[in-house]
Amino acid sequence: MRHLDEYRDPAAVRVVLRQIEATAQRPWTIMEVCGGQTHSILKFGLDELLPANIQLIHGPGCPVCVTPLEQIDRALAIASRPGVILCSFGDMLRVPGSTGDLLSAKARGADVRIVYSPLDALKIASREPDRQVVFFAVGFETTAPANAMAVQCAARQGVRNFSVLMAHVLVPPALEALLSDPECVIQGLLAPGHVCVVTGYRSYEPLAARYHVPIVVTGFEPLDLLRGVLAAVRQLERGEARVENQYERVARADGNPAARAVLDEVFAVSDRKWRGIGEIPASGYVLAPAYAAFDAERIFGLEQIAVEEPRECLSGLVLQGRIRPTECPQFGTRCTPEHPLGATMVSSEGACAAYFHYGRTAQAAAGGR
Amino acid sequence: MCLAIPGKVVAIEGESELRMARVDFGGVTREACLAYVPEAQIGDYVLVHVGFAIATVDEQAAQEALALFAEVGALEDLGEESANLRKEDS
Repeated sequence: MRHLDEYRDPAAVRVVLRQIEATAQRPWTIMEVCGGQTHSILKFGLDELLPANIQLIHGPGCPVCVTPLEQIDRALAIASRPGVILCSFGDMLRVPGSTGDLLSAKARGADVRIVYSPLDALKIASREPDRQVVFFAVGFETTAPANAMAVQCAARQGVRNFSVLMAHVLVPPALEALLSDPECVIQGLLAPGHVCVVTGYRSYEPLAARYHVPIVVTGFEPLDLLRGVLAAVRQLERGEARVENQYERVARADGNPAARAVLDEVFAVSDRKWRGIGEIPASGYVLAPAYAAFDAERIFGLEQIAVEEPRECLSGLVLQGRIRPTECPQFGTRCTPEHPLGATMVSSEGACAAYFHYGRTAQAAAGGR
Repeated sequence: MCLAIPGKVVAIEGESELRMARVDFGGVTREACLAYVPEAQIGDYVLVHVGFAIATVDEQAAQEALALFAEVGALEDLGEESANLRKEDS
């Protein structure tokens, strides 16, 4: 496939690996922010190809993983109401809430449907005017324009039986939370390329300056990821800390202006709780007051839910790059994709799922790197 | 969840409320909304995420980046060749 296969070319990958080896004189710890990047790194074995002095640690960029338990419980409560169709991306269905997951709710008779796009949920609402159709709006800035457009279309078309359960999160405030931690070990960051496609990358410049950390806008294919690592290592070796774009074919400094305009109209920034991490100021989206009529939490009058994360799940530490999944005593034993304790084991972007899927077991980690 | 795939716009349908397209992903064709890429035309490559094109692929930027690595690779190969030649000479 064009614009994909070129970035998997082994010869080009070897060239960049040699450049990284020649450039890296000292040990460096670099975090890739996005869970999609984590999966690519493990799928293509890039972690094992990099020189030993370059450590990649995995970031919090998995929106499914950071959706708080309360919000899953709210989705379960809504799905169990009569006359409701709950629509969701497939990733959310196996994420455990405090009493079960959406897939088991579906098995018990709730009408839970997987959609490819939020516009599909809107179509269902138009086709079934007697049902309440709720879309579980999860995602980072990449997904927000699609979800915002579905709400805007619903308003324009007068579809009153459509609403959204908001669980949108924003990347820069989460990075600020990680970087401001006195125990932070991150020396360079690979910024999430598709988030930057939407928002641009100017909002990362204050972070690079304040915490003196190079931030490289990076794509998802092997060549993209290694180019991101090379750019970060070059800056680190020179003592620089700037925002640099290595995903220039799709990411631009100002992002996508049309998408940003719709986000500004439909959503408003709010504080948000991140699963396993806690409350982060100004790190999420809620519906703007003009679109409050589409807020599922308001429509269904859900009360405050207070729940506790299962203690044995260490996904909060995994999401902050403090431990590798294999360092969790439950990894691959009590916690597997079939019986997950936390979302990081079932999301297609979860670091635990990537380690499990690509065979990075605790034994392999002990024997190798 | 931030997975986005590049595909080629093969048809543009409906210019009314939402501009929609048929996008070809290496033989599989799907519908995608073009509302966020008003500049996209038939033949362009767009990056698609959950049914929405979020960027057009900048062909020139893509070619320049790839050419850079091809050049470095070729230079390295030349370097290795001349080193081998020098070894043979000595």
